[in-house]
Amino acid sequence: MNAIVVSDVTKVYRRYARRKQFATLKSALLDGSLISDLKPDETFHALRGVSFAVPSGATFGIIGRNGSGKSTMLKLVAGITKPTSGSLDVRGRISALIELGAGFHPEISGRENVFINGIMLGLSKREISRRFDEIVDFAELRDFIEAPVKTYSSGMYMRLGFAVAIHVDPDVLLVDEVLAVGDEAFTHKCLDKFGEFRRRGKTILLVTHSLNLVERFCDEALWLDGGRTRALGDPLRVVGAYLTDVEHSEEQTLAAADAKARAQALEVALPTSSGDVTAESRSELATSVGGGPDADDSLPEDMFRAREGRWGSREVQILEVALKDRHGQVSHVFQSGESLSVHVKVLAVEPVSDFAFGIGLFNPEGVCCYGTNTHLEELESASLEGEAEVVFQIASLDLVEGTYKLDVAVHKRDGYPYDYHRLLYTFRVKSRTHDVGIYRPPHHWTFSPNVKFGAK
Amino acid sequence: MFQNLLRLARYRALIQSLVAREVKARYRGSVLGFFWSFINPLLLLLIYTFVFSYVLPRGPGLEPYALFMFCGILPWTWFSSSLAESANVLMAGGNLIKKVLFPAEVLPIVTVLANLVHFLFGLPILVGFLLYYRPALQLGDLAWFPVVVLVQLLLTLGLALILSALTVHFRDLKDILSNLLTFWFFATPIIYPMSEAPASARLLLNLNPFTHLAISYQELLFYDGPFGHWKWLVALGIASAGLFLFGYFVFDRLRDSFAEEV
Repeated sequence: MNAIVVSDVTKVYRRYARRKQFATLKSALLDGSLISDLKPDETFHALRGVSFAVPSGATFGIIGRNGSGKSTMLKLVAGITKPTSGSLDVRGRISALIELGAGFHPEISGRENVFINGIMLGLSKREISRRFDEIVDFAELRDFIEAPVKTYSSGMYMRLGFAVAIHVDPDVLLVDEVLAVGDEAFTHKCLDKFGEFRRRGKTILLVTHSLNLVERFCDEALWLDGGRTRALGDPLRVVGAYLTDVEHSEEQTLAAADAKARAQALEVALPTSSGDVTAESRSELATSVGGGPDADDSLPEDMFRAREGRWGSREVQILEVALKDRHGQVSHVFQSGESLSVHVKVLAVEPVSDFAFGIGLFNPEGVCCYGTNTHLEELESASLEGEAEVVFQIASLDLVEGTYKLDVAVHKRDGYPYDYHRLLYTFRVKSRTHDVGIYRPPHHWTFSPNVKFGAK
Repeated sequence: MFQNLLRLARYRALIQSLVAREVKARYRGSVLGFFWSFINPLLLLLIYTFVFSYVLPRGPGLEPYALFMFCGILPWTWFSSSLAESANVLMAGGNLIKKVLFPAEVLPIVTVLANLVHFLFGLPILVGFLLYYRPALQLGDLAWFPVVVLVQLLLTLGLALILSALTVHFRDLKDILSNLLTFWFFATPIIYPMSEAPASARLLLNLNPFTHLAISYQELLFYDGPFGHWKWLVALGIASAGLFLFGYFVFDRLRDSFAEEV
């Protein structure tokens, strides 16, 4: 038995573009276009041909980016709006946790609002009286229930709204990202309440960005993307597919941002007045001096506090830096623990014998997680000429989740910079574990046999 | 449409508690609270009495004039505030319409009913003055009084439904309405008796539905003698019932657009 059946549902939102801007009732009447103006000028497909069924008693999760049609779907199931085409069938009493406390009147007391809100949600006065104490206790508002709602904090307001909605005793509960309403303790209470609903065989439709919640709670999941079904079925699989897609687009965003930042820095940051750099070398190398406001043409005083930029004499130039994953593919998103290699192409304008390659790794707060160079690692430079490639390989990227930036440099052993690229290369580390800190030492836990953990 | 109309009956409890909330919330926080519902019309009546007895005394034949005027102004206030408020009521309640499965027609209906409650609160003042000035009131005629109120209720509901639904699509209606109501007030025999209206304006006045309500109230409460306007009232009652159904039809047709437009 299915509690919710959605078949081939399409929702088109209309935008009355022209009339909304200038036309008024008067002109509509004058043109005789009163009726035609009510027809859409422009349409927006919020959902296209979405179908799914939720068996009675199941918990069903809908995930997707902002604007993918999740909330529209929920409103359709709740009956607040009607589908443009396709059909929906919902059995049983619905309670929708879409906007908590919608319809509370600020001037009147919490008690009166509970009654009115309950009636709006379909309870009778008697039913509310019976559940009143339970509602108030759940909301933890015993002391404030006689005060007007306008004096409530937003957390109190939401809690009361949640408490009323959840005590409607629905057969089908629709939840739209409302678990973030209270403190930790209240969130746990809400989750417990959902658990109780599940045990009692109620159907739950959950729209959320908390993938964790979907994996833990849902029997099935739907991934909406641009109003279309991208994946439907086992939550682990759907969440996995979604995460891969998110990584993919993050990769693209990062690549674009990275390219832009680098283009700016490389364009403006050719040497102009660095004390150590000789005039000849400058004229020799300065092929395209930009000189914008971001030009970072002198050595930063504190190497650990500098912002992004490029400086150096350019006797040796860094031509290209690429981050590659374990398959040798250029990438900007890495899983924690994966391997990462930094491929650096350099060009020695004239052969040099005094040189060192350096790498610095910075976390989002600008803290240097690691820095090294070939000189520190006691590699004695002998000769470098023409174009060359240097690969810095990290076998296992033991970092916590976050966005990291790289320094890549060629300099003399004493630090005199040939070409210093400061924080110009960005990559993201993703992790399924939400551990903290800047570094994840390879580790594992061991327990004596009497320490036991459940499965999840 | 008729199904929805029947469904409305199930929302009795909701309408009831929302009306109670409106009435309570209006004076919440004021020292005198509910008493304002009495005090407001009382003060209004005193002001009119003062103005038309001392400042601008009228000729004989319509005394006390303030009382005559009050018979029309009290129901007019109900009518005009209902319409003015219901033009905005769907937008004000946008949260409910967009986020909760909520029968939108409840909102204009509650507006009209809450104003009816205020009208009823004002009646004791009127009755008190009537008893003082006109102890020989025809009690038999007063049986008509609820009928007049009912006709006005139907008329107001019909207009409120149409207005609230159309204003969602044409926000300018709100401004048009406030001016229209001022004009409407003067085009109704409230501050002047019908008999003083020029003959040329009679037709226009007779076409104005509120004319017949005002005359009915005046004949029932102010003038001596039998209630002679009942034929008009019955005709208006039938027309108002029709208007109510039409209003509900319009509202029902536009219903699905509200959640997207408000």
